Amino acid sequence: MSQPIRFVGNDDEASLEEVSQNVLVAPFDRVLDSLDGIYNWGRKNSIWPVQFGLACCAIEMICMAASRFDIDRFGAGLFRATPRQADLMIVSGTVTKKMVPNIVRLYNQMPEPRYVLSMGACATGGGPFKEGYNVVSGIDRFIPVDVYVAGCPPTPQALLNGLVELQKLIDSQKIRENRWYQKDYRGEIPVPVLGPDLLDQRRFDELKKISAAQLAALKAAAAAPAGAAATPSAAAAAPAAGAPPAKAPKRTPEELAALKAANAARRQATMVDVRKPEDTESKS
Amino acid sequence: MTMQKVTNVSPAPMTVATPLKDVNAVAAKVNEQFPGAASVDGGSLIVERAQSVPVARLLRDDPSLGVDYLEDITSVDWPDRFDVVYNMYNTTRQEGPLRMKVKADKADPVVPSLVPVHPGANLMEREVYDLMGVKFDGHPNLKRVLLWEGFNGHPLRKDWKEAYFEEEKKPYDQRWPDGKLVRAEDRVPYKDNIVLPPGFDPSKYTAPGEDNVTLVDADALKKGEIRSDTLVINMGPQHPSTHGVFRMRLRLEGERIVDLQPVCGYLHRNHEKIGERNAWLMNMPYTDRLDYVSSMANNFAYAIAVEKLLPTVKVPERAEYLRVIMAEFTRIANHFFALGQLLSDMGAFFTPMLYGIEEREWILDLFEMSSGARMMCNYLRFGGVAKDPPDEFWPLANKLVNDRLERAIDRFDELIAQNEIVLSRAQNVGVLSRADALAFGTVGPVLRASGVPYDVRRAEPYSIYDRFDFSIPVGTVGDVYDRYLVRIAEMRESLKILRQAIKDIPGGQQYNADPAMIYGGPKGWQLKVPKGEVYGRAENPKGSLGFYLVSDGGTNPYRYHIHAPSYVNIGALNVMCKGQTVADVVIITGSLDIVLGELDR
Repeated sequence: MSQPIRFVGNDDEASLEEVSQNVLVAPFDRVLDSLDGIYNWGRKNSIWPVQFGLACCAIEMICMAASRFDIDRFGAGLFRATPRQADLMIVSGTVTKKMVPNIVRLYNQMPEPRYVLSMGACATGGGPFKEGYNVVSGIDRFIPVDVYVAGCPPTPQALLNGLVELQKLIDSQKIRENRWYQKDYRGEIPVPVLGPDLLDQRRFDELKKISAAQLAALKAAAAAPAGAAATPSAAAAAPAAGAPPAKAPKRTPEELAALKAANAARRQATMVDVRKPEDTESKS
Repeated sequence: MTMQKVTNVSPAPMTVATPLKDVNAVAAKVNEQFPGAASVDGGSLIVERAQSVPVARLLRDDPSLGVDYLEDITSVDWPDRFDVVYNMYNTTRQEGPLRMKVKADKADPVVPSLVPVHPGANLMEREVYDLMGVKFDGHPNLKRVLLWEGFNGHPLRKDWKEAYFEEEKKPYDQRWPDGKLVRAEDRVPYKDNIVLPPGFDPSKYTAPGEDNVTLVDADALKKGEIRSDTLVINMGPQHPSTHGVFRMRLRLEGERIVDLQPVCGYLHRNHEKIGERNAWLMNMPYTDRLDYVSSMANNFAYAIAVEKLLPTVKVPERAEYLRVIMAEFTRIANHFFALGQLLSDMGAFFTPMLYGIEEREWILDLFEMSSGARMMCNYLRFGGVAKDPPDEFWPLANKLVNDRLERAIDRFDELIAQNEIVLSRAQNVGVLSRADALAFGTVGPVLRASGVPYDVRRAEPYSIYDRFDFSIPVGTVGDVYDRYLVRIAEMRESLKILRQAIKDIPGGQQYNADPAMIYGGPKGWQLKVPKGEVYGRAENPKGSLGFYLVSDGGTNPYRYHIHAPSYVNIGALNVMCKGQTVADVVIITGSLDIVLGELDR
């Protein structure tokens, strides 16, 4: 069937037509767009998570990788012991201030494209330990998170669902729009510093300003005569200095009863709102 | 190659000489030697600050006292003083703790260090210094341990408030003022969970660096024929073999360990500070998150500790059986997981883990049936358990106990115990002598592998463990292999207990003394615990988990301290690892079976 090869000059219109039939001639942008499908298919089915566990959630992460649930079915079973060979960080567990510099360092060492999955209540927002003095209220204060998985800890099934969500996300991305291919993209995050408390280098100016204002307020309060009431600014600074805030005045029984009734009414209203129409019909 | 075997001590020989419970007699004995050094207050031995070291030595060495086991050190912040509290035991007698207290000044709290008498005090005293600010005179390395050098303040002091501080005690009056949610971030000045000293300038700050770990001086080392420099390396906190966020600082000469210091605190979740603001029952779900591989057993330890303060609460028979069943299932699940990890550390990458986790999943099914959760069971309550297991529970439990688990343990043991690689890597590696095991206050399988038949279920019987026929496996050498064998044997003993318990459990649905203590009527969650202090402990899979609780008669604990088995066990890591290679450190750590949630609390 094949015709003999002919060497022709550029002005040969017949041969140009033939070339355009067999070779795709398109702007570079459109070529890239058509690559997305293959590129994403490859990436989403070969996710390499970094072998990195923080707390209780890590045990469920191990269970997800083990016999009953088997992450291998999703092509993501190759847990890497070094971040340099991984593209997914599963932040599984409580993020403490003492650990944050290490997590950020690990994240910085991961090659792009890289993804972060925040597993469980602690990694997402501090969870039950949020009030703690050594707990960060969510890893997304430091590194960008792509998928959040709820639970304390999430079951292995939930984590697998998170993985599937991440695969969907990867599948929907475009090479041209991905943040890590943009000219002005700076992926590296300054590693936080452990000082008197955790210090985020990106917030240094802000921290400095608030601290200076607190000091000024304290000085003003000290300079004021002893009998005088605390100035508003000093009162504002008090929580930072470690003093407990003033307690709310005790409510009278009537106020309490009114509050209770209001709360009950609101709860009732919410319940009606939430119920599906067919439920209401069947009940009535 | 000689075969090591664990011996079963059944039941542990416990002699009763002068009962230690008689604190007055102990005080009299101490005062004979050191006039005026000791007094008794509220069942505790109060020792003069200057005399605490010689008194501790006397307690340890006098054969009629024999208080050879320092289990726990903690401290309490009273309005006028700090109390440093030592809970000690005699390992050959069945009796409660001897509680020794040393008072420290409020302004400048300093007490003598007990490290010369009990080397295991090292880490525990560092923790007290870190969190409470009590200094220990003569301590070899008094540095921060759970927090970092330079941290602002000592957080367990009553006057120290965390960033998100709202009120002294939970439940708070109003978290939703006028029906609107206020986020904790919006209440605090930095809009974040941080507190900085007023006027602090971050740009002028330099971190103190790595000097929180002291290792031996290189020049002080005795060199061999080939002179070599020593090298300091870090393992962790992100390292596949450290079982979580744990870090070891090693000084190496070639491949040999010259010195090792554990660095922990990367998972310090402020359990004790949160626990002191919670109401008593609110702490139950937090205990699940201590040793998150065996949450049922943690519940058990906390429940029996609080029940010691609630003498009127009587746990129904069925609940006692349910508690024991859950705790023993937990032990089997934990040991499967631990041994899988240990073998994984030896280089059998994931296969043994798969075998271990497969059995664990079956046990987790039972937990999920009864409590609704796989891992964070939150199942026990003061005076019983939260719910009766459903009917489907019993067929599966019977099948596991009478059929499946026994065969799984056999298979695991056959696969591994005679494996030549395992034998050569584990035998005579990480040896902990009997004397060291006691001196460092190690607990659980680590202590028993070193030849000490000490098990809380026998030494200080709780719940209904005195009814069951089981023995205590004890090792002979105290190496990694013995720890492995002891765990295998313990699983078999747990199965023995389970068979008896499942056979004998009484029927009926009374699984709790008083349902109001669980679900409550109006404000039923605010259980009031009578004034007093208690050290309650249970034999957890990792060792004795103790709770030192002080109640001021209110709805919240005044002091809530946890004695974590993993924490004291890593205190002996240094002596186990010296002279071994780096590869051995990995399996020695694996054989300790540490869980960081508990270690760092």
